[in-house]
Amino acid sequence: MKRIATDMKAFDCILLAACITLCATWSGAQEKKTSAGVGVAAAADLSTALKEIGDSYKKKTGVRVKLSFGASGALTQQIQNGAPFDLFFSADMDYLRQLVAAGEANGRSLYQYAVGKLVLWVPADSPLDVVRQGMNVLLDASVNKIAIANPQHAPYGRAAVAALKHAGVYDQLANRLVLGENVAQAAQFVESGNAQAGFVALAHAVAPGMRGKGKYWEVPADAYPLLAQGVVVLSQSQHKKEAGRFLEYIKTKESAELFRTYGFTLPSQ
Amino acid sequence: MAIDWQAFCLTLELAITVSAILLALGLPIAWWIAFSRWRWKFLLEAIVALPIVLPPTVLGFYVLVALGPHSPLGRWWISLTGHTLAFTFSGLVMGSILYSLPFAVQPFATSFAGVDRKLIAASATLGASPLRTFFRVIAPLSVPGLITGTALSFAHTMGEFGVVLMVGGNIPGVTRTVSIDIFDRVQTSDYATANQTALLLLAFCFAVLAVVYSINRKAWVLGPIK
Repeated sequence: MKRIATDMKAFDCILLAACITLCATWSGAQEKKTSAGVGVAAAADLSTALKEIGDSYKKKTGVRVKLSFGASGALTQQIQNGAPFDLFFSADMDYLRQLVAAGEANGRSLYQYAVGKLVLWVPADSPLDVVRQGMNVLLDASVNKIAIANPQHAPYGRAAVAALKHAGVYDQLANRLVLGENVAQAAQFVESGNAQAGFVALAHAVAPGMRGKGKYWEVPADAYPLLAQGVVVLSQSQHKKEAGRFLEYIKTKESAELFRTYGFTLPSQ
Repeated sequence: MAIDWQAFCLTLELAITVSAILLALGLPIAWWIAFSRWRWKFLLEAIVALPIVLPPTVLGFYVLVALGPHSPLGRWWISLTGHTLAFTFSGLVMGSILYSLPFAVQPFATSFAGVDRKLIAASATLGASPLRTFFRVIAPLSVPGLITGTALSFAHTMGEFGVVLMVGGNIPGVTRTVSIDIFDRVQTSDYATANQTALLLLAFCFAVLAVVYSINRKAWVLGPIK
């Protein structure tokens, strides 16, 4: 009898603990829903630039900028399926126009903040002389794998394929390509040495994580479609005023300087 | 757009390869876990169970970086095979073996431990070596557990996504598995094909598991078979 009583006591304790945990988790989740801040979906090449801009914005205004990075195509999908972002920074304005046409974004807030640049990057210890020979180094037999972003949903991937076709080497090299989920993963493939070369954003090549670890060559702008990078406020945003204010901050000279430091060209140039 | 059959066949090949290797690899590990009386045995059991709780991104991270070309182990692998572990089918096989290891070893070990010790003792007194006892007494009595473990590691590998996403490189015919294909389709709004492929995978895995559990009626419980 005593054994059953102890078992029941133990069971009651576990049940009580589970209930308390459940309530705590539920109320914690409620809190998160109404916390202030601007939710930003951003293309993967902005990971360093936007973090710094977000930090300086927080210092100035006290408003938190919550960043989620990914491939522009993938993020567009998520937004069309109701992802709760306030602003979307895309590496390709076409995705933004698509969202505006579908009523998911505010057309008047559409703003081109930069032009992205594609570079061919190799690790520092690579024997390839990419700085002088550019894309010709890819024809070398030692290049087993070339990392690019997935051209189906990443603008930098599409740009890489266009550049390879423009140079007339796409058919030769197509079977050496490895596709990253987004351009940041492509950069990671080549930075870790698993791919011998990769087409990444200039923003990655100059970012603190990769700067000095490799050599790169800027792909000429006429070899790939213009990477016009834009931002828009989303229709289902719950914080439209804060989103608008952050957008105003993006248009300032301060932000423009930060974008330039991180490898983006300003649209006027 | 049609279903990517190449991806499906590749995934099937991966799952069959991995479950076959795990059957061979898992037996000695499970035997040791079931019959060893080493006081630190719990450490090995914890290591074997790790892939159940760790996110596949941890495994992917280690294959990419700690076993990458900048690491001594990675360089040794390259000197042996001529290429990296990442972006290859063999890399996926190795990652999947680690990822599905507990799903094979745990059912094996549980069923070995459930074999009546008196029978094992009787076999020993009749002069059979431990190896002969294993193949003639223990293994035949543990068939339900062996089938469960193999079926689970097969199904688990069919559904693998995280590791493949991190180290696969999405190469068609080499590392583009069905789960990556579905992910890609969704990313590009090709919902029709994504749906078809997902339903196919669902139906196939359900059929495989249903057949396995119908042969193995007592085996849906992972405890000792009484």
